[in-house]
Amino acid sequence: MNDRIKKLRDQSLNAENRLSAERGILLTRFYQDDSIQHLSRPIQRGRCFEYILRHKEICINEGELIVGERGPAPKATPTYPEICIHTLKDLDILNAREKVSFSVDPQTRKSFEEVIIPFWAGNSNRDRIMDQLPVAWHDAYSAGVFTEFQEQRAPGHTVLGDKIYRKGMFDIIEDIETSIAALDLMNDPTAIRKREELMAMEITAKALVSYAERHAAALETMAGNEKSKGRKAELMEMARICRKVPAQKPDTFHEALQYYWFVHLGVITELNPWDSFNPGRLDQHLYPFYRKGLDEGSLDMESARELLQSFWVKFNNHPSPPKVGVTAEESNTYTDFCLINIGGLNEAGDDAVNDLSYLILEVIKEMRILQPSSMVQISRKNPDDFVKKALDIIKTGFGQPSCFNTDAIIQEMSRQGKSLEDARRGGASGCVETGAFGVECYILTGYFNLPKVLEITLNNGLDPRTGKQIGLETGDPAKFKDFAQLMSAFNEQLRHFIDIKVMGSNIIEQVFSSEMPVPFLSVLIDDCIANGRDYNAGGARYNTNYIQGVGTGSVTDSLAALKYHVFDQKTRTMGKYMQVLADNFKGHESFRYDLLHDTPKYGNDDNYADDILKEVFEYYFEAVDGRKSPRGATYRINLLPTTSHIYFGKVIRALPDGRKSGEPLSEGISPVQGADRFGPTAVLKSAAKIDHLRTGGTLLNQKFTPSFLDSEEGIDKVTRLIRSYFKMDGHHIQFNVVTADTLCQAQKEPEKYRDLIVRVAGYSDYFNDLGKDLQDEIIRRTEHEAF
Amino acid sequence: MTVCIFDIKRFAVHDGPGIRTTVFFKGCPLNCWWCHNPEGISPEIEHFTEEIEFDGITLNKELTVGRWIKVNDLMEELEKDRIFMEESGGGVTFSGGEPLMQHEAVFALLKLCSEAGIHTAVDTSGLVSEHILQQATELADLILYDLKSLDDKIHQEFTGVSNKKILNNLEIALKGQARVILRFPMVAGFNDKPADHNQLLAYLEGLENLDQVDILPYHPFGTQKYNRFNKKNRQNGFGIPSKEKINSLRDELINAGFAVNIGG
Repeated sequence: MNDRIKKLRDQSLNAENRLSAERGILLTRFYQDDSIQHLSRPIQRGRCFEYILRHKEICINEGELIVGERGPAPKATPTYPEICIHTLKDLDILNAREKVSFSVDPQTRKSFEEVIIPFWAGNSNRDRIMDQLPVAWHDAYSAGVFTEFQEQRAPGHTVLGDKIYRKGMFDIIEDIETSIAALDLMNDPTAIRKREELMAMEITAKALVSYAERHAAALETMAGNEKSKGRKAELMEMARICRKVPAQKPDTFHEALQYYWFVHLGVITELNPWDSFNPGRLDQHLYPFYRKGLDEGSLDMESARELLQSFWVKFNNHPSPPKVGVTAEESNTYTDFCLINIGGLNEAGDDAVNDLSYLILEVIKEMRILQPSSMVQISRKNPDDFVKKALDIIKTGFGQPSCFNTDAIIQEMSRQGKSLEDARRGGASGCVETGAFGVECYILTGYFNLPKVLEITLNNGLDPRTGKQIGLETGDPAKFKDFAQLMSAFNEQLRHFIDIKVMGSNIIEQVFSSEMPVPFLSVLIDDCIANGRDYNAGGARYNTNYIQGVGTGSVTDSLAALKYHVFDQKTRTMGKYMQVLADNFKGHESFRYDLLHDTPKYGNDDNYADDILKEVFEYYFEAVDGRKSPRGATYRINLLPTTSHIYFGKVIRALPDGRKSGEPLSEGISPVQGADRFGPTAVLKSAAKIDHLRTGGTLLNQKFTPSFLDSEEGIDKVTRLIRSYFKMDGHHIQFNVVTADTLCQAQKEPEKYRDLIVRVAGYSDYFNDLGKDLQDEIIRRTEHEAF
Repeated sequence: MTVCIFDIKRFAVHDGPGIRTTVFFKGCPLNCWWCHNPEGISPEIEHFTEEIEFDGITLNKELTVGRWIKVNDLMEELEKDRIFMEESGGGVTFSGGEPLMQHEAVFALLKLCSEAGIHTAVDTSGLVSEHILQQATELADLILYDLKSLDDKIHQEFTGVSNKKILNNLEIALKGQARVILRFPMVAGFNDKPADHNQLLAYLEGLENLDQVDILPYHPFGTQKYNRFNKKNRQNGFGIPSKEKINSLRDELINAGFAVNIGG
């Protein structure tokens, strides 16, 4: 890493996460103007986007090569009061909370108090949503049966395809105008609405060009004042680039990166979509520019590396917008889940690993920062050498890159009805979510607490924590004659809560589709322009809604324990078992010991437990998969937790598997922490019994000691593990390579371990930024060593 | 047919090539002072009562070491990791204890594995009848042959038996069909002196058909088992061999033309 990058990286690492009122003030000023009140919603949103980009401060950091900041400075993070308004109390919490805090200076607080809050209080999208959702939804939500992603953030969860590398905004504007010209305003009743949408898109495309030109002007001024000849030349070149892209299509490596970055800023300024935004298959998109630069002699590997590293810093400068309440509990991190994909297959189905894939791996290794996150797509056609290079980075212990099964991802998408070419151009984003890049709107609607549904089933529909009857009366479990009766009661209860969740998501989707169009994001994702339809209203080629199941290990082990002790071995009656749970195992320590040590558990390649998981999977899949949403999306499942397994654990009392009240649930499809006793192959076999191909992503974490991966042989064995898991259609696997001792030490002396990064779920985070309960949970995950 | 085993370890990566499943057979004719599987020495199933601190109280839990398992059921367990074995060039290792103390069942298992296309290794102390060892070399793909010391006096003192038969059997093993890898457990205070190593080298150089030697450095991980299984711990005075000594033996072995793995 050269001096420039070192400085930029340090600047990013040391920048304080703080709240910026800039966007909130501009937004409020725009909406206070009487002259915009009569405009259609799409035009209003387009004009609002234009207004913010025209007036926001331009920030160019010293020495940087890629320019553009969302706020007035690195990590100065805006709010989105049209989506969710932060109260003064929220600001105090953000400012004071120990983890994932954002400092709020007096001036910012004043702007909120005097300008932003008075205008938006009661008028945010969150207010609209909460008003429309029925009591049953609110009850289940408060009980912790599920979370709701669109409560504080906008839908997004999407990834850019190759469009911007082929087309400048002027080309895209031509496409928009062609689409407008084709409208039949006389005969097509939807044409007027389409025209509004398309005109809004055009406004935003032009706004992005002007925004880049503002940067060009600032760079030209800086160049005029610059004394160093070298830097002056750089600034002039950057100004030239900002005059060219995004207006026109890029021709060089540097232009391509800068173009993407402007687009990225546009998306995360328009609204606060989940998973920020993502360039996706970066090695594929950039390779032609890289190759051309090398061939022409205008680029060398070192300057490409430096540009990529500057690009990396930009992501790290942009933390996830502040979250509070349940949203903070389910996703408590600065990471905004931008996941760069490397490797995999090209659209013809050939091995897509290229020189740039390896260069990007080196960049990941050298940069060692939280954002962007990164992953390798591994197809059976990709070489082992590529996998081993990735493991060389993974073994350094910061959880990147994660490993994904390209062949499974393509089959998942084919099952969902995507064309083979679109599937091959896709990958995974966020944590582990499958998507067709550039052509799909795939929305995560919220986490679903599977063990909570079991708890409610065991209480005949009552939530023991809130004392409310929120579920169906599926019968007193003490009267169940066999295990099948318990399973069918659980299934009925599960369908009931999925019904509520889907109804809520449909309502929320309608609100977003009519109130919160995103014309700029619609410019980027096909076929919004061709369809004359907004991204949030079903304009994309493919539309998917996910409900993310959480706690599969915990619910499986709990059901297995009930089957084993109540119905098979008959060591306890159901009534007595319920008493044990009500006592939170107090006075039943010996039984709890047997539950932990001598009861079948998922993760050991034992069909007694694993068959139950398969059945739970079928229930969940059947309850969700194939339902339709108002915008024409299809509901699908995936299995991942981010940090929700901690929150979901807090709302559940003792579970039959021996887990005490309030403790975390299992994460992703990983076994319950410490329940797997036969090593990684048994875990992978168990996990592969899930039909990954019918999901849109599953998440499996494994922990290895650093010494295991310290030899070529160790790396080879882990390569073989990954290949075997992927042969069995496993979707994703990731490794934490750090010892439990190190983590315990870091808990004791956090100041000495400020740079310790660990794998959490589908992302990495600073160990110090995790809550104590999550830290403990990671320490308890089983560590595999050399035997 | 049934066998008495005390553990099945999956993802065993130090008992032969690739990813393996290792079966630990109960019963061993040797009684090495540094043994890290002391629960494998007795051929009987053993019962213990364990005191366990759990949830703030002390529990007395019954602990059984060893179990009888039908050969067919054991095969089913071994088949479970087939995909990993095939992917990694791994297989199954029969270890212990001394697996050949239950040779009839082990031979049956070796045949079943061979029919199923699973690579096999037998990890032996070498202290078995000649014809049994010979048959093992015919049925297994790989023999992991342990050699502790060439000094018979020391060997007798710390393993309870003479090394004569073991050395004799090694030559028989080397004439057999299976590949043989010699495994030398290196224990500080027992066999880590330069004289020990010179003697070893001189001996190994005289052998035919041996091309690989694994050095297994002693580790004290087994010591807690002695308390747990209520066995007399005689490991005081033994230690982890120094890196220098391990590397020096490794280099000498390499110079003598052997492939060497440390840790197996």
